[in-house]
Amino acid sequence: MIKQRPRSRRSSFGEPLMQGLLWSSVLLITGAFMWLCSDIVRHGFRQLSWDFLTQLPRDTGRSGGIGPILVSTGLIIGVCLGVSIPLGVGTAVFLNEFSAPQRWLSQFLGISLDILAGVPSIVFGLFGNAFFCKTLGLGFSILSGGLTLACMVLPILIRSTQAGLQSVPNDYRLSAAALGVSRSAVLWQVLLPAAMPGLVVGLLLGIGRAIAETAALLFTSGYVDRMPTSLMDSGRALSVHIYDLAVNVAGGEQNAYGTALVLVLLLMMINGSVSWLGKRFQQTRILDV
Amino acid sequence: MTTLLKRSILSRSYGDRFVAALFQGFAIASGAIVLLIILFLLRESYPILHRVGVLRFFRDPSWHPTSGEFGAMPMLWGSLLVTLGSVLIATPLGILSAIFCQYYAPPRLAPLYRRLIELLAGIPSVVYGLWGLVVLVPLVRRIQPPGTSLLTGIWVLALMILPTIMLVADASLANVPAAYLRGAAALGLSRWAIVRGVAIPTAQAGLMTGILLAIGRAIGETMAVLMVCGNVVQVPDSLFDPVRTLTANIALEMAYAMNEHRSALFVSGLILTGLIAILVTIGEWVNRGQMYD
Amino acid sequence: MTLISSSSTQKSGVAPAALHTEKLTMQYARKVAFRDVTLSVPAGQITALIGPSGCGKTSFLNCLNRLTELTPNTQTTGTVLLDGQNIQAMELIQLRRRVGMLFQKPNPFPLSIYRNLEFPLQEHGIGQRDRVAQIIEINLRRVGLWEEVKDRLKSPALALSGGQQQRLCLARTLALNPEVLLMDEPCSALDPISSEVVEALIDRLRGDYTVLVVTHNLAQARRIADRVALFWMEDTVGKLIESGSGQELFESPQHPLTQAYISGKRG
Repeated sequence: MIKQRPRSRRSSFGEPLMQGLLWSSVLLITGAFMWLCSDIVRHGFRQLSWDFLTQLPRDTGRSGGIGPILVSTGLIIGVCLGVSIPLGVGTAVFLNEFSAPQRWLSQFLGISLDILAGVPSIVFGLFGNAFFCKTLGLGFSILSGGLTLACMVLPILIRSTQAGLQSVPNDYRLSAAALGVSRSAVLWQVLLPAAMPGLVVGLLLGIGRAIAETAALLFTSGYVDRMPTSLMDSGRALSVHIYDLAVNVAGGEQNAYGTALVLVLLLMMINGSVSWLGKRFQQTRILDV
Repeated sequence: MTTLLKRSILSRSYGDRFVAALFQGFAIASGAIVLLIILFLLRESYPILHRVGVLRFFRDPSWHPTSGEFGAMPMLWGSLLVTLGSVLIATPLGILSAIFCQYYAPPRLAPLYRRLIELLAGIPSVVYGLWGLVVLVPLVRRIQPPGTSLLTGIWVLALMILPTIMLVADASLANVPAAYLRGAAALGLSRWAIVRGVAIPTAQAGLMTGILLAIGRAIGETMAVLMVCGNVVQVPDSLFDPVRTLTANIALEMAYAMNEHRSALFVSGLILTGLIAILVTIGEWVNRGQMYD
Repeated sequence: MTLISSSSTQKSGVAPAALHTEKLTMQYARKVAFRDVTLSVPAGQITALIGPSGCGKTSFLNCLNRLTELTPNTQTTGTVLLDGQNIQAMELIQLRRRVGMLFQKPNPFPLSIYRNLEFPLQEHGIGQRDRVAQIIEINLRRVGLWEEVKDRLKSPALALSGGQQQRLCLARTLALNPEVLLMDEPCSALDPISSEVVEALIDRLRGDYTVLVVTHNLAQARRIADRVALFWMEDTVGKLIESGSGQELFESPQHPLTQAYISGKRG
């Protein structure tokens, strides 16, 4: 006869202990999150108004709004995406559809992307300053900042476009080949639309990283808070504005919070609209006559 | 699977050739960026490396680059201590959170909690810095002035890197084959025993990758530590002492640095990149180990 | 009804072409798929390739439109003649237009039903809207799909049932007006009823196209094939054992392996 073995002390003891540990760490993290969010919303919400979004900053930002800063941020992101989307999607398509993985160029690109993804943003700032501002002579400008950010988000875009292309069933490539359809046609008509979810995720992550970035912009796009008149003007991004108000301007905290709230809301809005657009795009392509 | 269609010549149509050449051009440009970054870091740091050598950065007693003292050790210590502290806090919390989501949370709560962590991951570092500066620094100051300190840095940074560890750990725990878990459950093991004995060992490489990513993010983080650490160049004696990290140093001095001073900042950029390269290598090694397991 | 039946038997354009392989051998990086296959596929007839799984039938089929070139590290030696012309010397896109293919698993593009036919047509230079619409209707009628889908041509092809998808793929291939049709077990992934429908369609292609069909279903081969070729594995390498008219092969097989296979003793 087999008697039921007594439970080992460890497990009888371990289970409730673990439950306690798990729940308390979850509560701790949720608490910290609530603390952070409520703080930003509470302080930031008071500042939020139409005037705040459209007016010029006054008194080095203590009062007034963030109009030019929003414009500069938009321009920087625009430059960044304008350069990084074709470069990133092109590279991903090359790696997945046109090149053999054993080729040295593919292997070199793979390693490069891993390194690029890990390089700290401040180092991108150093590089952008030395290359775009000094060597190419673009100076402290929106163009320099946007180009620096483009280098930064490139690995994200490439990796997620690759993941998207990898998820497209090989059947499509096979049947296209059997029908004698050229590879470029099948790429535009079938593969890229089918890889759209991956592309959109990459875009979303890329914008998220770019709009949140501060360190890489400090010495590339600069601090000037006037309304930019061209891409060659220096322009202050939202994140740089928050930093400057919090650290260099006594009494700037309130507007810093207001800007932070705008930044966080903007991030959420962009994420939402990009994924919505991606879904729509996919549908129209499938239903296209 | 996508080894198919990798042959470089499939069709001789002009369109294909043009598109292939175009994309290869894009790919070469992307690869060139890494080379350019390394090239420019080296070029800009060359004057100082050539004149005083790299060892002075580790041996000189203090950091006064304008008067020929290039001791970067206090800043390196600053970076390492802040990173170590935050990783020590964030690792258990992050992994416990992932275990919670995968094995313990009520089914409705798990996605909600995951969503919360994702939101946390999406908050820009400068916002963490602002919050740390306005909320945490005064709190710490009440215990011991000045408030801007190693402790606040660790605190803010831990919160920032926690989502990285949690989300990667969560994904790798989700990849543990259900058959393993069923098998273990069929042996009458308790939930915690299954997690400890089956799930964690299976997901080990993924957990490590998450931690390495988090370490990389902590070392490279600039804004949050710049805003809450106090930025005094010293090796701290206690958690309440202010410190300056390598990254903060670059951000602070780049604005006015000239000549050799500027060059010295690029050297610290090189050191940072070197640290990241080491982490990437360890990461490769961890993942390879998993593949041959 | 008259329109359907007339268009379903009618084939405009090119005459079917004969295929001939001479000592065709194909190998993957480490493994030889089949060796020294010499086979004549007469124009306008249905030839069935039979034999146990893994004996190189599919690889053989893929050589005939050079689809094997998509897989890295494959090597083909020997010659394939399409209407007396070496396919190695032909323009790839032209070859694949002349030699159509139907896969085991239906594989429509993730596009609309209409677009699935329109896209390859445009790629082959047929862009005139009226003409494209006409070709699409004719070919959807030929596979008996027109009545089923004419009101939802713009809905996704992937929403169709498996059998409908396979017929759509056939229509898509036929729309390009090929001379030869390669089919890799076109019925095996379908339910019995769809399978019967597709088989009937293949049967009706006789005379208008040269059809080469891989099948594991001996009864099917017996029903539709004019000619039959048996592949077998010898020392891990696929070989052509025997080929001949369906009647010969099934009634009086020459090779002992063929006897054993068709009587169900081996394979």
